[in-house]
Amino acid sequence: MARVVVDVMLKPEILDPQGKAVAGALPRLGFTNVVGVRQGKRFEIEVDEVTDAVLAEVEKMAETLLANTVIEDFVVRVEDPSGATA
Amino acid sequence: MKIGVVTFPGTLDDVDASRAVTIGGNEAVALWHGDHDLKGVDAVVLPGGFSFGDYLRCGAISRFSPVMTEVIEAAKKGMPVLGICNGFQILCESHLLPGALIRNDHRKFVCKDQVLRIENNSTPWTSSYDKNAEITVVLKNGEGSYVADEATLDLLEGEGRVVARYLGGNPNGSLRDIAGITNERGNVVGLMPHPEHAVEDLCGPGTDGLGFFTSLAATVFA
Repeated sequence: MARVVVDVMLKPEILDPQGKAVAGALPRLGFTNVVGVRQGKRFEIEVDEVTDAVLAEVEKMAETLLANTVIEDFVVRVEDPSGATA
Repeated sequence: MKIGVVTFPGTLDDVDASRAVTIGGNEAVALWHGDHDLKGVDAVVLPGGFSFGDYLRCGAISRFSPVMTEVIEAAKKGMPVLGICNGFQILCESHLLPGALIRNDHRKFVCKDQVLRIENNSTPWTSSYDKNAEITVVLKNGEGSYVADEATLDLLEGEGRVVARYLGGNPNGSLRDIAGITNERGNVVGLMPHPEHAVEDLCGPGTDGLGFFTSLAATVFA
């Protein structure tokens, strides 16, 4: 088994109310060095093995369903079994 | 005129929409999201609610329901389609309408009577209204903020495709106070507020929403 990770983030120019809410809460908890927060989504796609074809398919999934490319950017990456990402 | 009203898992305004269709003088036909045919309807309403729990993004999963294949195909051929609230989100996710709807800028769910200006009365859904008519209908949403890039917004404005605009304050941070838009051809309309909740004096703020459901009767289909 292997894992492909898709990170989805709102595009920088799109307002992120969730991130703003978190950014507003942090200073109240004493975390005062925060200038801004943006909140995204992480998808962990389990596959039998990582091949070019599988990666192409995940890319297609991200574009079709996981992200709305009108408002969001996404990055596809392979996570190696030790937990580090390649 | 037969107007299909689609129910997705999590839809909650389908019965109100069907009732509004009937009060508007048309025949409401219930369509299920898993259906592969449109049962010969002349037009389709995608009603409000929380289809598929709004998981992932509002409307993202419903866009791939079997019935949407038929709706998208028919819409591209010119069939009138009205998406209200969650239906508007589904139309954007389907790329039948440009842009997207994101969480309200103030992060709260809104439920209020909202004044709108009908700026385009040449769509099959708004022809009953006078141009620039001011109407009051119900607004209720958590993710009703319309966004698109500047070029798209300019295009919508330039082509008169902003169907309705918020008056008396922007309730959710929608860019340029946009409450509803139409596609290039003018047959597909997405609207965030709910005209189907303003068709009877007994409930809601009045009957200003009825025009969305009587317009079709006045429209000659190509």
